[in-house]
Amino acid sequence: MLKIPPFVAAAPLGRRLTARDDNQGLRALGKVGPLIALVAACVIFATRSDRFLTGDNLSIVLQQVMVVGVIAIGQTLVILTAGVDLSCGTVMALGAIVMTKLAAELGVSVPLAIAVGVGATTLFGLLNGLLVTRINLPPFIVTLGTLNIAFAITQLYSNAQTVTDLPEAMNALGGTFSVGGTTVVYGVVVMLALYALTAFVLRETAAGRHVYAVGNNPEAARLTGIATPRVILAVYVLAGVLYGIAALLSVARTGVGDPNAGQTENLDAITAVVLGGTSLFGGRGTVLGSLVGALIVGVFRNGLTLMGVPSVYQILITGILVILAVATDQLSRRGAR
Amino acid sequence: MATANATALVMEARGLVKRYGHVTALDHSDFELRSGEILAVIGDNGAGKSTLIKALSGALVPDEGEIRLDGQVVHFRTPMDARRAGIETVYQDLAVAPALSIAENLFLGRELRRAGVLGSVFRMLDKKRMREDSTSHMRELRIEIGSTGQAVETLSGGQRQGVAVARSAAFARHVVIMDEPTAALGVKQSSMVLDLIRRVRDRGLSVVLISHDMPHVFEIADRIHVARLGKRIAVLNPPKISMSDTVALMTGALTPDQIPPDALA
Repeated sequence: MLKIPPFVAAAPLGRRLTARDDNQGLRALGKVGPLIALVAACVIFATRSDRFLTGDNLSIVLQQVMVVGVIAIGQTLVILTAGVDLSCGTVMALGAIVMTKLAAELGVSVPLAIAVGVGATTLFGLLNGLLVTRINLPPFIVTLGTLNIAFAITQLYSNAQTVTDLPEAMNALGGTFSVGGTTVVYGVVVMLALYALTAFVLRETAAGRHVYAVGNNPEAARLTGIATPRVILAVYVLAGVLYGIAALLSVARTGVGDPNAGQTENLDAITAVVLGGTSLFGGRGTVLGSLVGALIVGVFRNGLTLMGVPSVYQILITGILVILAVATDQLSRRGAR
Repeated sequence: MATANATALVMEARGLVKRYGHVTALDHSDFELRSGEILAVIGDNGAGKSTLIKALSGALVPDEGEIRLDGQVVHFRTPMDARRAGIETVYQDLAVAPALSIAENLFLGRELRRAGVLGSVFRMLDKKRMREDSTSHMRELRIEIGSTGQAVETLSGGQRQGVAVARSAAFARHVVIMDEPTAALGVKQSSMVLDLIRRVRDRGLSVVLISHDMPHVFEIADRIHVARLGKRIAVLNPPKISMSDTVALMTGALTPDQIPPDALA
């Protein structure tokens, strides 16, 4: 059964059982397309700005994408099951406020504060997952609701004040080390490690393949004995854990707990996933694609800034890229189902 | 009906009843499946054939009656229970995940893991062995496909149904139930799937085939179970009865006592 993401305009879904697949070329493009786009963007910016291709600048790009990059891992898992999580950035902000408030104002030890913060985002993941699997509500609506709930709790708990004067240990992941003269932030290493781990689980384990099966054809997955609701619930809970880790990275990067953080990440994470070639219809895509997608957004912002292009054009270009990516996905599906 | 035959019964149901509110979908229906046969189940819409099949495959629990598998009474509460007992079901067109490969579909929900630490601790799949096993299994059933690593969506409708049938045949120990396996297929692909169903039977499995397509039923069924108004009204012996009499029985234009005795099986 096809599940149509409610935020994608209904498009004709050809369902010719006997048709041979004549869209393999387009589907292959969908797989390597994001990487080509990323390389092309890098080449263009390298010719336009001398500073673009320096180690320090690329290190800055990575720092800029590390928070949205980790959120996008959770978002990828959710979208692979044909769901979507609109609450991701806001839930991350809640986690950041909880851990910074506990550590800075209530004198809770840093590891415990972090654990409670990650616990809070995990609880929101659990709530999303339970509402989707137990009450069968559409993920779009559930996470639209939890987006607002998490935002309100964050504002109330923080009195809409930024939490400052954090203990030094809270910012540990913002520290840097040097590789061949280029500074690398620890948080970037954490992000890359999480991508590697998730890619491994999705590709090489039964649990990972079940995520694809559930998103691709939930009825077939159920009939083969896969506990479909359990897979979906696990995916939302894991996404919650990842938002908690993203919260820690966000705190480490900015040095504060910001109650208004995460609002651009809500949609940027979805943008990264879609640009990375993951289908909003579920069941297709890769988590490494989402890393490429996040980097595309990061490279465009960075490169256009270096070229002195006003930031509003960066938003314009991101919008066009998203539509191009979804159109490619949609066209590659036509006639293939 | 269907008495005094020495052939062993693989599966048997007596007095199955299933009510939905005021509607009685199954009204004391009986069912008998012999070892190594293809039994077609036919009936008009609302005759209760899909309810019967759901009861046999564990998709629903009957209100009354009992089901025996190899003589033992069984109680299926979920399709998984039936599968564990060795009964596999091929559903019309919902049974494959198009984006996954043939090998992944064959082993979906029953994946093989690598030996040693890689499998037990890292939970790594043994993709190579699953591909090899799939290839030899597909070859054995003479389903022609390129590589078992290719996505199911690159296959024709007949080949996709072939994958679904192959999966059931691979894991069934007693019975394969097929619900309208040729409904969505063209002429050539249908005959390919019918051949495949024969090969599944020739491997010693018993096949229950639900179909609306009388020529297909007459082409491959060893016996025909006719359902009407929630009951089994007759079991027919296809060479001894015409297609038009069979349809007349199904629709109630003929009653079983108007059928020559040797046409009953």
